[in-house]
Amino acid sequence: MPLSQIEQLIKDVLKGDRRSIAKTISLIENDMPEAQKVVSLLYRHIGKAHIIGVTGPLGSGKSTLIEKVAKEIRKGKKTIGIVAVDPTSPFSGGAFLGDRVRMQDLSTDEGVFIRSMATRGNMGGIAKATKDAVNVLDASGKDVIIVETVGAGQTEVDVIKIAQTIVVVLAPGLGDEIQAIKAGIMEIGDIFVVNKADLENVDKAVGAIEAMLEMNTQKKDWKPTVVTTIATVGEGITELVEKINQHKAYLDSGAIHAQSRQRIEIELEEAVKRKLTEVILDKLKRREEFHELVDKILAKETDPYSAADVLLEGKLKKYKND
Amino acid sequence: MIEEKVMATEKKIRVLVAKPGLDSHDRGAKVVARALRDAGMEVIYTGLRQTPEQIVETALQEDVDAIGLSILSGAHTVLFPRIMKLAKKKKLDNVLVFAGGIIPEEDVSVLKKIGIAEVFGPGTPTDTLVKFVRENVWKKK
Repeated sequence: MPLSQIEQLIKDVLKGDRRSIAKTISLIENDMPEAQKVVSLLYRHIGKAHIIGVTGPLGSGKSTLIEKVAKEIRKGKKTIGIVAVDPTSPFSGGAFLGDRVRMQDLSTDEGVFIRSMATRGNMGGIAKATKDAVNVLDASGKDVIIVETVGAGQTEVDVIKIAQTIVVVLAPGLGDEIQAIKAGIMEIGDIFVVNKADLENVDKAVGAIEAMLEMNTQKKDWKPTVVTTIATVGEGITELVEKINQHKAYLDSGAIHAQSRQRIEIELEEAVKRKLTEVILDKLKRREEFHELVDKILAKETDPYSAADVLLEGKLKKYKND
Repeated sequence: MIEEKVMATEKKIRVLVAKPGLDSHDRGAKVVARALRDAGMEVIYTGLRQTPEQIVETALQEDVDAIGLSILSGAHTVLFPRIMKLAKKKKLDNVLVFAGGIIPEEDVSVLKKIGIAEVFGPGTPTDTLVKFVRENVWKKK
């Protein structure tokens, strides 16, 4: 793509043109040659949006909840971007992206842009391009961006790398009290929601979360709390949005700087890792030497760590003595 | 290898499977969606009772390569032209549009004239559908 076309695309994204936003997200997701240039040009325009990550186990009602939360936020005339992530099948490489089913009312709201994404092999609950999609929506002027993660279990915590406010959505009966204490998503939440609060054992679930929060002494300034909702009928939504706004106010009062710094450190680290993979690892993999070493490991003549040393011999000399 | 399939740098085909109109069930559409997913595509499914506006707007935001319209109620003669008109207005000319469900043979040529690339009746093997999408998606670009 010629530079002039890239610049026009950026201009259109900044104006909020929906087709350009969609095309730009695709360009980055597919790692097209122009992707890095596009991300660079957009980067100085990001930073205005409030990014909310919504995570939680399958079946907790995240999508339904997000639709109701988005509608509530729209009452204040704020514009919204939603990135809904679903898992890529490890067998076929394909994905069924069905989160929009629960957000039908929003699809013709001009103030809402929804994009479904497949993880494409990334573990951690979000896709590699999720952050970039969030950046595109941020640059296009969206006031609030909601990222819905895959949320299959305790290890889907990558959302902390991109979101400022993390909402963990649970439902009664999806795990007993002991589960609540496990590490992972329970540690990253700023706001906890017990959805489907019309089911039995709501109080038990709320109690278990509150007990766990009391034991967790890490987050000192912001005290995570529990909200109960029945997303299908819209109950508890106003309270939830209020809590979200309170967290935003807390961040704006200063906490956001430390958080931003931490997140950007992670972003830079990942960008470097990606380049290292591209420049060094991919090249090494194409060498005959690589495959010969695999044969040697299979024959137990060497082990992966020693083999790695062989492959990298000489190349890391520059860094070894720092 | 699994990793290669998932991380392949070949562009993933994104397909919107849409149910315009007032159909009360979507078994067929879901079969199609699953087949396309099993063939390595990313399938966006939006549920029942979609309006032309919702379908076209979704196709735009999701930057899909193809749209599969599934309809059982006979309303295709009214809804499909509306969808194609909107798609043209929103500049979705490069999107492959195909249809299926209960669509009488005599309506097929009319639908093709408005830009529906192919119509697949009930009982079409899913392999035929997958092959069609794969082969024709790039022709549109």
